[in-house]
Amino acid sequence: MPKIMGLTGDEAIAYAAKQSKVDVVAAYPITPQTIIVEAFSEYVHNGEVHTEFVCVESEHSAMSACIGASLAGARVFTASSSQGLALMHEMLYIASGLRCPIVMGVVNRALSAPINIHGDHSDMMGSRDCGWIQIYCENSQEAYDWVLQAFKIAEDHEVLLPVTVNIDGFILSHALERVEVYDDGDVEKFLSIRNAPFKLDPDNPFTVGALCFTDYYFEIKRQQVEALKNAPPVIDKVNKEFEGLTGKKYSYINTYGLEDAEAAVLCLGSTAGTAKAVAKKLRSQGKRVGVIKPWVYRPFPSEHLLQTLGNLKALAVLDRAICPGAPYGALCSDVVSTLYDNGKQLKVFNAVYGLGGRDITPFDIEAIFNEAMDVAKTGIVKEPLKFVGVRE
Amino acid sequence: MVRLQELTTEERFTSGHRLCAGCGAGIIARMTLKALKKPAVVVNATGCMEVASTIYPFTSWKLPWVHVAFENAAAVASGIESACKALVKRNAWNKDIDIIAFGGDGGTFDIGIQALSGALERGHDFLYICYDNEAYMNTGIQRSGATPHGASTTTSPAGTKIPGKPEFKKDLIGICAAHGIEYAATASPAYWNDYITKVQKGLDVKGPAVLHVFSPCPLGMRHDSEKSIEIARLAVQTRYWPVYEVEDGKYKLNIKVPNPKPVVEFLKPQGRFRHLFQPQFQKELEVIQQWVDQNWKRITALCGEP
Repeated sequence: MPKIMGLTGDEAIAYAAKQSKVDVVAAYPITPQTIIVEAFSEYVHNGEVHTEFVCVESEHSAMSACIGASLAGARVFTASSSQGLALMHEMLYIASGLRCPIVMGVVNRALSAPINIHGDHSDMMGSRDCGWIQIYCENSQEAYDWVLQAFKIAEDHEVLLPVTVNIDGFILSHALERVEVYDDGDVEKFLSIRNAPFKLDPDNPFTVGALCFTDYYFEIKRQQVEALKNAPPVIDKVNKEFEGLTGKKYSYINTYGLEDAEAAVLCLGSTAGTAKAVAKKLRSQGKRVGVIKPWVYRPFPSEHLLQTLGNLKALAVLDRAICPGAPYGALCSDVVSTLYDNGKQLKVFNAVYGLGGRDITPFDIEAIFNEAMDVAKTGIVKEPLKFVGVRE
Repeated sequence: MVRLQELTTEERFTSGHRLCAGCGAGIIARMTLKALKKPAVVVNATGCMEVASTIYPFTSWKLPWVHVAFENAAAVASGIESACKALVKRNAWNKDIDIIAFGGDGGTFDIGIQALSGALERGHDFLYICYDNEAYMNTGIQRSGATPHGASTTTSPAGTKIPGKPEFKKDLIGICAAHGIEYAATASPAYWNDYITKVQKGLDVKGPAVLHVFSPCPLGMRHDSEKSIEIARLAVQTRYWPVYEVEDGKYKLNIKVPNPKPVVEFLKPQGRFRHLFQPQFQKELEVIQQWVDQNWKRITALCGEP
């Protein structure tokens, strides 16, 4: 029987990692992720877990130790944010390149300079091509549920890739929410212990991390793309099994009001909650609006997105990170690339918002919906890339 | 001291690697693996030893070997050691293994010093071996924190104004010993039984141990490849490279050098010091001799030698 707990987003992630019986956690504190490492340290010091917690001296070493532990066959978890994620950037590519199914809670926070501790997606977007599966959560419940599923996806032998589970810094990491947690026994039934197909074993030695020149490097990177392509059926399977256990339906994309919407907002993470509330109000006024929230950002769910578009005429894509000098933010670029050449007459504009934790209010989102409805009516996008909520 | 007939005839670091003829790193890798008494896992920092021994799809290592990056061999070893402990706790692993991390001087003195310090402080059970060829030889001979005063490298060239590297070498063993680890030592491949004994001692310790080994480099030090071991011996006999160990904080001189040769005998066969023999820079030879004398005095005092 599930029980109800009051958990912050960070605590929900730590609790899920605990129930996942991780063997090794190597992590370094950074606001707003710190609650995760603190919670896990308590589990260790109270003897509640068998986990080896490696209190490393930097995020770079955190991911390095995670890679070593994962190659030794352990189930491995870590967490980071912002500058920490940037410091481990080098290691992110190596974790995926060496096919280490590490799960990392990323508590999204702005990147310096100027230094800022609040939530935006600059950190993860800065590392979006690192070859990891990337999941964004709307609330603590989703964070808890996705961490449990993330291990099962990552460790599947068809995938063997690391996964990040992202939550918005402070907005989710420090907000206490109602979370339905499952029995340890149920989690154990869903997620058995890791069965590594290869590991550092003196009885069966192998060399990992060899030097690959022009003759092999490309093929190995190509295989990584193939592994990411293998992820969707595994994600489907894991989502279904999870639904069997919990009754909760997860997929690549979560939508609201799309059955008849003509204008919609597409966004990641906690902003989707606000967008749904605004959409609900507008729909009660007879306006045909909806919300699209990709749960899985990498691999980008292009096919699923195309299937969800229905009768949409205008789409506002909200990016909580900036791509200086690019035509759009990262998320919008992915959406536009997906739509282009698919016969979709959909008009798209991009709203960059919320940098450095700047609030996005229901009023802001209502204005975006209004603009999207105008675009749906006129077919004209006046401003393809705009900045919402900034003094100019 | 270990005896030759006690060593395995098995070659766990095989021939066919692409290290230069006379490279100290290959000699050190081979001797290290001959010292093993238990199954082991090797972690290798980016560097000559790594690039030349594992060119995909080939490998010279007959035991589990992992390379992750340049600056993190000690952190990777921490992860492997922690994984083994956790897997033992949940009955998924029952093998008693040794973990050895190799790093060059760049990967140890400079870019890897933080990861090494962290791992030593946390007390992971592994042996870290720094093979020190005294510059970034793999990238084409750039100066490192281990490059000695006066040596010419591509980033400390023998210029007309500045004759080689102005700075002096870091005290790696001092830094490591200051972490309060149980075992740290220097060695030279010219004294194979001293080195192998130290590998075994380092592995026997429950917790971290560090070895700092002189590694001759024909390419970067610019000496004849057949002279490698001779150079490694001269380093010791001139007191340039004191061979000592720090056991539970206690320093002990392992190779006494009562009648040292002048340091120029070590410097002369190496092209990296050739410019110092020009008349305008000859005073640098005295500077190096003074550094050698002072360093020897400092180390022998720590060792309680008269």
